[in-house]
Amino acid sequence: MSSPEMTTPMPPTNAAPEKPKANAELERLASQDYKYGFVTDIEEDRIAPGLTEDVVRLISKKKNEPEWLLEYRLKAYRRFREMLAENPAGPEWANVHYPKIDYDGIVYYSAPKQKKKLESLDEIDPQLRETYGKLGISLLEQKRLHGIAVDAVFDSVSVATTFKAELEKKGIHFCSFSEAVAEHPELVRKYLGSVVPYSDNFFACLNAAVFSDGSFAYIPKGVRCPMELSTYFRINAAGTGQFERTLLIADEGAYVSYLEGCTAPQRDENQLHAAVVELVALDRAEIKYSTVQNWYPGNAEGVGGIYNFVTKRGACRGFRSKISWTQVETGSAITWKYPSCLLIGDESVGAFYSVAMTNHHQQADTGTKMIHIGKNTKSTIISKGISAGRGNQSYRGLVKIGPKATGARNYSQCDSLLMGDKCGAHTFPYLDVANPSATVEHEATTSKISDDQLFFCRQRGISEEDAISMIVNGFCKEVLRELPMEFAVEAQNLLSVSLEGSVG
Amino acid sequence: MSKTPLIQIRNLHANAGETPILRGLTLELFPGEVHAIMGPNGSGKSTLSNVLVGRPGYEVTGGEVLFRGKNLLEMDAETRAREGIFLAFQYPVEIPGVANNYFLRTAVNAIRSHRGQPRLDAIDFLTLLREKMKLVEMPEEMMARAINEGFSGGEKKRNEILQMLLLDPSFCILDETDSGLDIDALRIVSNGVNQMRSPDRAMLVITHYQRLLDYIVPDRVHVLSKGRIARSGGKELALELEEKGYGWIEDEAGGAS
Repeated sequence: MSSPEMTTPMPPTNAAPEKPKANAELERLASQDYKYGFVTDIEEDRIAPGLTEDVVRLISKKKNEPEWLLEYRLKAYRRFREMLAENPAGPEWANVHYPKIDYDGIVYYSAPKQKKKLESLDEIDPQLRETYGKLGISLLEQKRLHGIAVDAVFDSVSVATTFKAELEKKGIHFCSFSEAVAEHPELVRKYLGSVVPYSDNFFACLNAAVFSDGSFAYIPKGVRCPMELSTYFRINAAGTGQFERTLLIADEGAYVSYLEGCTAPQRDENQLHAAVVELVALDRAEIKYSTVQNWYPGNAEGVGGIYNFVTKRGACRGFRSKISWTQVETGSAITWKYPSCLLIGDESVGAFYSVAMTNHHQQADTGTKMIHIGKNTKSTIISKGISAGRGNQSYRGLVKIGPKATGARNYSQCDSLLMGDKCGAHTFPYLDVANPSATVEHEATTSKISDDQLFFCRQRGISEEDAISMIVNGFCKEVLRELPMEFAVEAQNLLSVSLEGSVG
Repeated sequence: MSKTPLIQIRNLHANAGETPILRGLTLELFPGEVHAIMGPNGSGKSTLSNVLVGRPGYEVTGGEVLFRGKNLLEMDAETRAREGIFLAFQYPVEIPGVANNYFLRTAVNAIRSHRGQPRLDAIDFLTLLREKMKLVEMPEEMMARAINEGFSGGEKKRNEILQMLLLDPSFCILDETDSGLDIDALRIVSNGVNQMRSPDRAMLVITHYQRLLDYIVPDRVHVLSKGRIARSGGKELALELEEKGYGWIEDEAGGAS
């Protein structure tokens, strides 16, 4: 990427005498515990650290994979070795900084030991069930109050999928990726790597070699999925990486809304999470993909936390197909992710709604790519960045209009909200327009919660914490309203917890 | 008129930042009273209002303030608001993204909780809001808009008075509420304020101009000079000031100190 950059550096702060009190408040609240930081003491089946061809073969064998999938992994493994030789530090163009990762020091497979194949969800290890209970996720169907089907991924494997049978009645396959390989190999083989090729980028390539599990969903022609599908990812084991793979296919005229949530224990080491998500929407199909990402962000001094290096891409292959990405990113020490849309079908529509929050020493380089290929394709980008503490974040987005994308339209809006005087926000929008009939709009703002705004609220009886939460939620509402109802509430609470008092 | 003062300010000294502004100000208001504070720029009018509401950046260096007998200066800003002190700001701030009605309900409920009253749900609040909006002639569509964003000067001031009506404070400070208002807006704002006059409530009206006091008629007028009250009188004092300016009082105050 070499287009001109527009950077919004840290603005100078006005030296109002307010500072000391608000900063003290900030520090008090910022030291709140990460509530998902517990570790589950559970017997693991884990392999020795290191990345070799044998490790790749071992993972494939543990999962009883067919030969073609092993071949796919091995191709990716070899390509990754080349990439690593060319660039031992991995990609360096993003505005994030971290020590070099030792890819040979990571455990690439860890799974909770289960004695035998489960006959029903009731047989899940009670400790696992308890873990998900603590996370507020019930895996027992009869106890679920609202109709959300859940796939739970614990370290490297999917441990439970709820409402499976009910969905199958409509022809919807919703299961773990491993089960999909066994039960629907033709679908997996057809679509795996078709949106994100194994050689796409450094982390996607690593994922293609060692991915362990993830979720799979296929919605058949004309079916509107009757409930939200969701996956909860949990990293538990120490020293491991999590490399999940998600594949969603909406066949002609199908509709699905999907949500993923992520948490991890509190550890002093950094852990690598390099996932790949591929979405395929055929004619008139629609996929809404929502993420509430709350991986452990590290402590206030920047020790520990997840490196969240994720490739997410959706292909609007069909006429009038639609894909929207909605993300609320509050966790992780470093976030590197650009959920993107390939708008191939004529009149297809892509959207990206994002709230990214960085506090303490968190870093985020996130954004999207909207690649307009078909005629009259349309994309919308709404990005809201909130930076507090010493957090540093960048919006990085590409809008590309191909020569055949007559009548393509894009609207982008990137807003940054700064809190305190030690954080940073940057915007890197790239535009590449090869069709003169296209319309591309970009708007950007940077604002700061001012002492005057906070005092105004306090003079009306509203506490500083509530005032900040109100202002931040107001700032994000265009994105939050895109989330399914239950998760919008969860996301609001998460933002409040992550942000309370983080203002000076 | 009750025998105990609602607010007692005794020998108050305060700095704005590092600069001493208030130098021994003493003032009492009883429930039901409306006092006007006038005075030239820099005499301490805004500092007084900011100190009373606990705005950061102002430091009290001496004296005391009792509100219903309680030490006001020990309370943080939100507690003072919940206890019943309201400031209509001279320059109301804009908060983009936060809808006016959502903000108002949050504020009303924060204050109601403090008073041990049940929170108002969306419907009860809307009923209350509509009733109060009529008093300041505000169109309903303004409520869905962000706080003060894109409001005219007059609309912002009406919004301040609307907040005062909703929050039902016992002590109201109006800080140059008349500045930047045309005659119609002045009439509407004054109507709102006059609706609030009651035997249980006191008001401190800070203004440069006697014009506002034609609409909101004060019981007492005080002239502030060099951080203390240089002269007090009835409403006729405001007229005298309009005619003669502040110079003669400043001279007297200067001679006295």
